[in-house]
Amino acid sequence: MSSSVRELLDVPLVELSEALEKKRISSAEVTAAALDRIERTDGSLGAFLKVTPERALAQAAAADQRAARGERLGRLDGVPIAIKDIFVTKGIETTAGSRILAGFVPPYDATVVERLDGAGAVMLGKLNMDEFAMGSSNENSAFRMCHNPWDLARTPGGSSGGSAAAVAARQVFGALGTDTGGSIREPASFCGVVGIKPTYGRVSRYGVIAFASSLDQVGPLARTVGDAAALLQAIAGRDERDMTSSARPVDDYGASLEAGTRGLTIGVPREWLEAGIEAGVASRMREALAAYERMGARIVEVSLPHTRYGIAAYYIIAPAEASSNLARYDGVRYGLRQRGCPGLAEMYGETRREGFGAEPKRRIMLGTYALSAGYYDAYYLRAQKVRTLLRRDFDRAFEHCDVLAGPVSPTVAFRLGEKVSDPLTMYLADVFTVTCNLAALPGLSVPCGLDPDGMPVGLQLIGRPFDEGTLFRVARALEREQGPLPGPGGIAP
Amino acid sequence: MQLSLDEVRRIAVLARLQLSPDEERVFQGQLSSILDYVDELSELDVSGVEPMTHALAVEELPGLRDDRVRPSLPPEAALANAPERQGTCFKVPRIIE
Amino acid sequence: MSVSDFEVVIGLEVHAQLLTRSKVFCGCSTEFGGEPNAHTCPVCLAMPGALPSLNQRVVEFAIRAGLALGCTVRRKSVFARKNYFYPDLPKGYQISQYELPICEGGSVPIRGGEKAIRLNRVHVEEDAGKNLHEVSADKSSGVDLNRAGVPLLEIVSEPDLRGVDEAIEYLKSLRAILMYLGVNDGNLEEGSFRCDANVSVRRRGEEKLGQRSEIKNMNSFRFLRQAIEYEVDRQVEVVESGGKVKQETRLFDPDRGVTRAMRSKEEAHDYRYFPEPDLPPLVVDDGFVEQLRRSVPELPAARASRYQKVLGLSAFDAQVLTAERAVADFFDAALAAHGGGAEAAKKVANWVTGELARLANETGTSPQDWKVTPPKLAAIVKLVEAGTVGGPGAKQLVEEVFRHGGEPSEVLVTKGLAQVSDEGAVELAVEKVLSANPGEVEKYRNGKKNLLGFFVGRIMKEMKGKGNPLVVNALLKKKLGD
Repeated sequence: MSSSVRELLDVPLVELSEALEKKRISSAEVTAAALDRIERTDGSLGAFLKVTPERALAQAAAADQRAARGERLGRLDGVPIAIKDIFVTKGIETTAGSRILAGFVPPYDATVVERLDGAGAVMLGKLNMDEFAMGSSNENSAFRMCHNPWDLARTPGGSSGGSAAAVAARQVFGALGTDTGGSIREPASFCGVVGIKPTYGRVSRYGVIAFASSLDQVGPLARTVGDAAALLQAIAGRDERDMTSSARPVDDYGASLEAGTRGLTIGVPREWLEAGIEAGVASRMREALAAYERMGARIVEVSLPHTRYGIAAYYIIAPAEASSNLARYDGVRYGLRQRGCPGLAEMYGETRREGFGAEPKRRIMLGTYALSAGYYDAYYLRAQKVRTLLRRDFDRAFEHCDVLAGPVSPTVAFRLGEKVSDPLTMYLADVFTVTCNLAALPGLSVPCGLDPDGMPVGLQLIGRPFDEGTLFRVARALEREQGPLPGPGGIAP
Repeated sequence: MQLSLDEVRRIAVLARLQLSPDEERVFQGQLSSILDYVDELSELDVSGVEPMTHALAVEELPGLRDDRVRPSLPPEAALANAPERQGTCFKVPRIIE
Repeated sequence: MSVSDFEVVIGLEVHAQLLTRSKVFCGCSTEFGGEPNAHTCPVCLAMPGALPSLNQRVVEFAIRAGLALGCTVRRKSVFARKNYFYPDLPKGYQISQYELPICEGGSVPIRGGEKAIRLNRVHVEEDAGKNLHEVSADKSSGVDLNRAGVPLLEIVSEPDLRGVDEAIEYLKSLRAILMYLGVNDGNLEEGSFRCDANVSVRRRGEEKLGQRSEIKNMNSFRFLRQAIEYEVDRQVEVVESGGKVKQETRLFDPDRGVTRAMRSKEEAHDYRYFPEPDLPPLVVDDGFVEQLRRSVPELPAARASRYQKVLGLSAFDAQVLTAERAVADFFDAALAAHGGGAEAAKKVANWVTGELARLANETGTSPQDWKVTPPKLAAIVKLVEAGTVGGPGAKQLVEEVFRHGGEPSEVLVTKGLAQVSDEGAVELAVEKVLSANPGEVEKYRNGKKNLLGFFVGRIMKEMKGKGNPLVVNALLKKKLGD
């Protein structure tokens, strides 16, 4: 492996794209290098559930042919990426991290997969995740553990743990994940990469294995803000197969990327500062805000009074919708079926008992309860009303600022196995991320330094509906100001 | 909100989840503590507040689909992942009505 | 106490399949039959990641049906998930409408408009697939999802029906309306028009409703009658023996003519309805609704009424003509082509309910396929009125054009069907017959006046049926010396 090629794995996606454009490197070379890196590092890292080398190399070859003819499809043409195993891929096993879908080979592609294909991206494989996107540490994957590249003893975060780890470990130049209550932003912050959850409806959910339909959103994880913007540009936009996708035209995310923060107002929710945050996280955040002030932004304090009710609302609504979305996993048409059951009822019960891990079972139980006769009003309906209150909080806050800033998580990446015993403790750590999903707003995590133990800290930015452009702009300003993070130390290059 | 074991069993049946006695007990404890926590929503005054069941404003929605037949999957593709099949039907244990 | 001391209260729930080309939430064909699972896709197979996409025409049909039934059309309606497990329900939930259906209220006329059966609601939902029993030696069942996702209109009546006769009338009236609109094909046997009945009894004079049971699986009017009558007897017996009727779902067994309680657990009834998050609320504006209102045709009851009141047709004729929209449309067009009012209407009606009906039944065709178009029928009527063709000749003419097409005036000539009114020709025939039957002429002149028919018959035979009866009669009488 030549050092120049190895170095090439370390550059941002947009730089690689330029190199491909200028034919300084071929897609075949960089794809081979990435596959090699995966082979040498993923045994310890566990980011991938499935690597598809032959297919990837074929895609790379096609990209090179296009480049030779001067017919590159765009910025993503020939760029190695990977996607969370929550996106159905035609002809390639898709499991959502669960045994109940082991061996399931979809006959169709998710819309975002079609769009990436159409952009010429080279897909290296399917990334590890918490089962059915339920979890914040990737420890709920039914297949294998995923580790944080900065410290293999720690979690990469979840549920898009594999996506964040693969990007941080330079196995891929970008990845797609999903975020229902923080599942892009939290792993992005734990792994020191950029991750954005777009506004609900900005990206099609067709072909995205559903967890909570009114909260799930697809988004990119990447090494830089510019990379994330390029990926979002390729996948965003209306899809006639998803009736919850917005018809609003997609902005040019690159247009204001370098515009800086002069004249912008950044709001910091008082309730977020009052919540318990690790000292290391709090310091990096304060420094980031100070940097913004130096760059000409105004920092104001705002209030999101109902913040503390977000977890409760989330842990009613998400499990409720999930309990219904996961009903189709019954052993009839695909996936696991428990053999030797005397009757239908047993087949259902045993298949789902065998196929689902503890977390999906727990959430299905919770959700079923919240929707059941006599409890609907007190739980699901009430939680949906609280959602409106949360959205109103944000709307009022945005009267005084352009973006909101705060932590992504109260802590940096914690040790594997630390939190598995008590689900509620795990849930409570979602306090900063869930309200953004509930309010259907865009949220982004950008690295803002390392804590005293050398673990990355992410700064969260939340924007107005469909204002991803401003999020990218504000995040880019910080990125430019502080420079890139040193690479993760956990994985040998 | 403390759930009884009976309630846990009732929910498990509704959800078609076969639980072991151990699982029943563990879930009873965990679900009870989670429900205790989410009960704090009852502190809030939500009178007159509309539920936010759908996130997008009406003007932004894509239109309805036109009534045109689009290609179906060939039966072999539809059945390709079937755990058990009979001809082009999904085969299941006997259904008693 | 006997059954007659009790009043029967019935509410009906109809599921009518909408005649769209594709399913309600995906583009698969709704075509009937076909190899199992030949009309399926990731959406109706409920594959991971699939999402529903609402068919525009389903919305249009639902609103037109609601308008025709006099319902209020909600400007905002919401889809909901009805959650339960069954192999023919691939998602583990049915997408239906619950708290906010697309239409509410409305009514269906019965007894010629004398009574209006109130409707509670009309909403859209998707059909389930089919479970096939004993598909293999080990008695396993099979699941065919071709029907899964076919659009249904659910029409729920209030319990206003008193007795099985009213129930049957209600169904026929509702069915005719839906067929008139072209939204449903009214086929009970194939299951595209299905009915469940909620039946209860109470002693006459009692105001409180009795406990009802739901009867399913009646796929013909005859079975419906049988099932309801059985159920009424059963419930009366329960009440009279001091028992309580259980609220339950019962299946009609057509082989034994009885209803049986279904073997389903209580838990199955907790459907955990909640608004479908994958579909935004359905919002329709006034303009759209008005446009659809204008497209609703004159409905059977109104049309039959007009035929009687304005055109003076009999109730029977009106009923026959309005039974099928295509026939009524044909009648209207033929009458319009002819011009004229009540007198012409009677003539045209006779042709439509007589000869054309006979030929249509024989050939199994509908008015849109008939070679006798409305203008052609009008032309034939005019030919008769002009005396150009006689009764028997006209019948032949209609049949000729029906089977082989052509312009009536031309066919008349080529087939030699024209009536002969020429006095010279008629006179020849009359003289021929009279001279061949001198005895009868004698008898006639001596008073046996009923021999006139005999002479007319022979003359018509001689003239191959083409004699103008008026001319024949006049000349005959003259020759006989009357």
